[in-house]
Amino acid sequence: MDAVLKSLIAIVGKHRAIVARDALLAWECDGFTVHKQLPLAVVAPETTEEVAALVRILHAGKVPFVPRGAGTCLSGGPTPMAPSVVIELARMNRVLQVAADDLYAVVQPGVVNLDLTTAVAHLGLHYAPDPSSQSVCTIGGNLAENSGGPHCFKYGMTNDHVLSAVVVLPDGSIAKLGSEAGPRAPHGFDLPAIFCGSEGTFGIATEITVRLCRDAEAVHTLLASFGDMPSACRAVSQIVGAGMVPAAIEILDQATIRAVEASIYRAGYPEDAAAVLLVELDGPVAVLEEETAEVRNFFAQNGALRIEAATSPTERKKLWRGRKGAFGAMGRLNTDLYVLDGVVPRTKLVEALNGIYAIGKKYAVVLTNVFHAGDGNLHPNISYDGRNVEEVARVLAAGREILQLCIDLGGSISGEHGIGTEKLEHMPMMYTEADLEVMARVRSVFNKDNLCNPDKVLPSRHGCAEVAKWPAMIARVLDGEGQS
Amino acid sequence: MSTTQKDLYQQTLGCVHCGLCLPVCPTYRVLGMETDSPRGRIYLMRALGEGRIENLDVVRTHLDRCLDCRACETACPSGVQYGNLLESVRGDLEQKAPSRGLRPRIARFMVRHLLIHQRRLRLAFSALRAIEVVGLRKLARILRLIPRSLDAIAPPVPGGTQRAPLKTGLHQPKGPVRGRVGLFTGCVMEPMFGHVNRATLAVLLANGFEVVIPKAQRCCGALLVHMGLPDDARTLAKANIAAFADCDVILNNSAGCGAALKEYGHLLDAPAAANFAKKCRDICEFLDSVGLTQLPAARNVTVAYDDPCHLCHAQGVREAPRKLLQQVDGLKLVAHARPEDCCGSAGIYNLLQPELAAEIGKRKAETLTKAGAQLVVTGNPGCMIQIGASLRGIGDHTPVCHPVELLVPPAAK
Repeated sequence: MDAVLKSLIAIVGKHRAIVARDALLAWECDGFTVHKQLPLAVVAPETTEEVAALVRILHAGKVPFVPRGAGTCLSGGPTPMAPSVVIELARMNRVLQVAADDLYAVVQPGVVNLDLTTAVAHLGLHYAPDPSSQSVCTIGGNLAENSGGPHCFKYGMTNDHVLSAVVVLPDGSIAKLGSEAGPRAPHGFDLPAIFCGSEGTFGIATEITVRLCRDAEAVHTLLASFGDMPSACRAVSQIVGAGMVPAAIEILDQATIRAVEASIYRAGYPEDAAAVLLVELDGPVAVLEEETAEVRNFFAQNGALRIEAATSPTERKKLWRGRKGAFGAMGRLNTDLYVLDGVVPRTKLVEALNGIYAIGKKYAVVLTNVFHAGDGNLHPNISYDGRNVEEVARVLAAGREILQLCIDLGGSISGEHGIGTEKLEHMPMMYTEADLEVMARVRSVFNKDNLCNPDKVLPSRHGCAEVAKWPAMIARVLDGEGQS
Repeated sequence: MSTTQKDLYQQTLGCVHCGLCLPVCPTYRVLGMETDSPRGRIYLMRALGEGRIENLDVVRTHLDRCLDCRACETACPSGVQYGNLLESVRGDLEQKAPSRGLRPRIARFMVRHLLIHQRRLRLAFSALRAIEVVGLRKLARILRLIPRSLDAIAPPVPGGTQRAPLKTGLHQPKGPVRGRVGLFTGCVMEPMFGHVNRATLAVLLANGFEVVIPKAQRCCGALLVHMGLPDDARTLAKANIAAFADCDVILNNSAGCGAALKEYGHLLDAPAAANFAKKCRDICEFLDSVGLTQLPAARNVTVAYDDPCHLCHAQGVREAPRKLLQQVDGLKLVAHARPEDCCGSAGIYNLLQPELAAEIGKRKAETLTKAGAQLVVTGNPGCMIQIGASLRGIGDHTPVCHPVELLVPPAAK
């Protein structure tokens, strides 16, 4: 091991390597703080060649490794399962090329999502997928997780915006998938599609070509408050049912509103409302006027208490601020936060939310909801104290039951956060053994030795002992033999 | 764990690891390492509280790299009081095992025995000036390269008389009196930028305020707090509270001092300290709230205003200086990228982390150069020095001044 570490440090130099045990603690988890694992070392390359050199050494030494961006993942993607070397990509943060007329940009994986939009804003362009963490999270991480965001309802997920990628495969060889000359397929197999969302298990993308979108002529943002959650959800169903495609449709519940309003991200959401619905419309000015009136009608029909409209960038930014700071604001409720990511058909939103609140009550957990209503992508947030073993068990049990409910309603266990380590044990709830076997075979094509972000996404018999303990732990607690 | 330690540990628990602080952290932006980000540092401090740290020096290395600029507090949805937390943990570590190495020792010596003693500091500056006379002449020659119109607005190179401290006691305005304020003169501002203090006094008098400059005032203690020497700082805080006992409003023109003064309540945990803190205002914050009755002299100039961290992040003052500058006839504010990013000054950070400070300063200078303003304005002596030097480092000789210098009415000049 020491020889491998020495060779790694020789590639990046001492100041871009972390080996001190105490410093490594900072890398032991991402935004999913239930699962923690200390890495063996952290190395921070700056070029494709350095990444390839590092991976070749790791592959030869049979040492597992995990790529990492800004560590905002909510499913444990960049947290090692077994002791691994973390390849920290935050320093690979250069925008390599902007082809404004051809509407694409080539970026290194550590470029922050919002920084790309900032870099092309003067050209009237932007990068469309916008996770809530867009001011922090990296394009490389977005690609790995196939991240979504509020505006993905209209514009599609990360996968719809990646044209090609230079990738370092788990044996250290370099390949280019796809071509900047979109549309993406059918010039050969659509490999960017399969690489995108592989959660860092197929290799490390080091140069990513993404689509740039032209800014809309105008944008209107509407905020409506409702006295009860079902009314807000019904308004969403009707808007979408009427054939409209708003740029974003978001809902925050009362507990979330209150946490946000207590924070530095306060946006002036009415604290007495049971839910606020944020709808953004974009397009040509003439069309927008009409659509805005129509949306207002749907709000009114469902008994909206108050409607606010923002048309200037400053006003819009303020309305969005609260939504973007919502997860972090939950730190006001307790020491840890478990952000779930289930999906249901949007016509089942009311049913799903009723079920979720009931599950929260059953397990006596503090549960809030903020979600991409247009996509039916729910984010039940459970605030808890990670130091309390009994509480953690209840939280995990509630999470499991919520995801089962989503599946039962015809949905899925993840809309945009990925499986990581968090949902490993939930995969069989959704897929048969044969389904999972197909995925395993695809993975083995890329990652035969299971060294690249090992044991993520697909549950395995050799899976992490930590995760394997969870069901038993939950059962023990629920059966009343809980250790408190 | 002692009560303080328990309290510190509790504060670290406010972080739910969302990471919104990462992109605003100057050291994370340069180094790209979790350990040099606020989230990483909070995590290490939490680990410290949980007894998981084996080697204190590892944690100290990363805490020492922090500028304490507090941009992370502006970004934190969970409301973690990072500045307080960091300063307290530094204090705790310093008590357990004072930091070794030459740099911290020199820094500690300088702060304890030089910086916080105004008379000694003034002597030191005089000595420095004598040595640097040749250098200053060179600078003056370079300044002549700047168009003459700029020469007029450039802050004057402080000469001997300019450096003389402001007369202590009561200063009376010529016209009708609107109120009375105390003025905290600051131990770097006074000898290094005496003209800023003179401008501050002139603006206040012209706008109808009686100004009291208590002789007994001392250093605010900010540097001591940042270095984890709160006991030394408390002595100074008590002296200042006593010195300004008669004042209902206490003004300062150094953002770093201002933030420290406003936090005396936290430092001393006594009602008198909290009361003192409530009376403290930054000069721009105050002038904006009471309004200028005498308009500043007109100046045909483009200006880039850069937010001092301890004004925008620590005191939440952002609009006041800009609003005041816009009242200068002919002055045009130009925007530059990331005005709230730290410039790398951060007290004596330059001395402790020279490489990082230089890199952070260079980035600041590059964004300012792009904006192409004729004058850079910022309200903290450390930032004025650092930004000036960083600009010169990349071959840009744009002068740097304090906002209050541009607010002096024509009659008071």
